Amino acid sequence: MSTIIDYAPRLWEGLVVTLQLLVLGSLLALVIAFAAGLTRLSRHRLVRLPAAIFIEVFRGTSMIVQLFWFFYALPFLGIELPPFETGVVVLALNEGAYAAEIVRGAIKSRPAGQTEACIALGIGPAKRMRRILIPQSIPAMLPPFGNVLVDLFKNTSLVATITVLDLTYMGLEVRTNTGETTAIFATLLVIYFVVSLLLWVLMNGLERRFAIDRTKKSTRIKSWILSQPRGGAGA
Amino acid sequence: MISFDDVDKSWGPNHVLKKLNFHVKPAEKVSIIGPSGSGKTTILRILMTLENPDEGIVTVDGDELWNVERGRRIRRETTQMKLTRRKIGMVFQQFNLFPHLSAIQNVMEAPIQVLGMSKNEAHERAKGLLDTVGLGEHLDHKPPKLSGGQQQRVAIARAMAMRPKVMLFDEVTSALDPELVGDVLDVIRDLATSTDMTMLLVTHEMRFAEEISDRVVMFDGGVAVEQGPPQKIFQDPDNERTRRFLKAVLEH
Ligand SMILES: Nc1ncnc2c1ncn2[C@@H]1O[C@H](COP(=O)(O)OP(=O)(O)OP(=O)(O)O)[C@@H](O)[C@H]1O
Ligand SMILES: [Mg+2]
Repeated sequence: MSTIIDYAPRLWEGLVVTLQLLVLGSLLALVIAFAAGLTRLSRHRLVRLPAAIFIEVFRGTSMIVQLFWFFYALPFLGIELPPFETGVVVLALNEGAYAAEIVRGAIKSRPAGQTEACIALGIGPAKRMRRILIPQSIPAMLPPFGNVLVDLFKNTSLVATITVLDLTYMGLEVRTNTGETTAIFATLLVIYFVVSLLLWVLMNGLERRFAIDRTKKSTRIKSWILSQPRGGAGA
Repeated sequence: MISFDDVDKSWGPNHVLKKLNFHVKPAEKVSIIGPSGSGKTTILRILMTLENPDEGIVTVDGDELWNVERGRRIRRETTQMKLTRRKIGMVFQQFNLFPHLSAIQNVMEAPIQVLGMSKNEAHERAKGLLDTVGLGEHLDHKPPKLSGGQQQRVAIARAMAMRPKVMLFDEVTSALDPELVGDVLDVIRDLATSTDMTMLLVTHEMRFAEEISDRVVMFDGGVAVEQGPPQKIFQDPDNERTRRFLKAVLEH
């Protein structure tokens, strides 16, 4: 064990990178989710189409292939991003595509009566979306957003394949240097698990904060245990 | 104030309005009665521009609500159209309150967002209206915390906040438990007697219709089969279908 302790600073460095990927990736994913999700709700087919293509392409291809594509193939087209930035962008595009469907689904499932009330009151399309439909869709978005967030976090480990020095990369490195295979992987499991747990606590708090009827106790932890990865995240 | 001239509306083979001619004078209170599926809601929804007519002309306060383009009637989104539509308010059977906003925010939303009113002014107007409908104690409650009757009264206050000239009520008590109907009808009765708003009510509350209307219109089969003062329609209808309909309804 002492050898792992010696390498703790390396693992810590890796964890910091992983958390940076998580934070930047999820913020960018959120922006992409709303941009693509709202675009896909447009009345005009020509506006909807690019959003639909983006969403389906990123949901329908493997993330590791997307990473390789962005990291190894794009430079041939003259676009070169450093590994970390590539990681953030690909994580955000991939998970943003899933989250876009959550945004679209939640807004689309609002009763027609909400839109009709807005028309009757003269509240135009833009304000209708911003002031009425989006805010009341947030509670429905949060639980599936939680799934996507944890998913994004777990997928950060894939960026080790494009030489980003994240927690997984560092773990593999420490393993090579120490040979402590069991201990190292156990440590990684625990760290990933604890961070996931913290993310669920965060989402739980957000759900309670945004609940329309705040008296309803959330049963998130239970549904987390029962939930399947990505189960029901799409629309 | 309102006129329908030769208005036609179908859904597929379902011919709901057949060359409808229907006119309402300013400040008139008109009740629309008729069997289920006779197109009562459709008339109100066309006025609120929630449905497009297939044929004919609909005007409110002299302004046409529809543009004919390539043979289709499309909703005009011009400034003029928005101003015309602003003259109309609607209260729905299912309330359609904004669930994420408190009672007073529901009422303040459109004055602030549409009329550009200041928060203070909108708050004052909303509070006044909610007091009038008996909800002064519930300003900060969100709709899920309110009973159906309270929600519907908030919805009336919300529509009133835009000071419409024409108010449309579509079976606004049908979704309510019987003991909550009275409070909502009281509010509408107040509006009917104390304002010069033009009011169009679709209702199954025959006694209420008789009490507050200047005129009752009986719809069936896509046409107005009979209309007249409430006493005439309810006590001594000429039309056989009206007689049968009223008999069926009043026997309940
Ligand atoms: N969006 C729609 N699509 C297809 N058919 C519709 C639509 N809206 C209404 N209809 C049909 O039009 C007819 C008239 O409907 P409408 O809602 O105006 O009747 P109503 O007189 O208000 O009836 P009720 O007393 O049951 O409310 C009905 O047969 C209904 O099925
Ligand atoms: Mg109806």
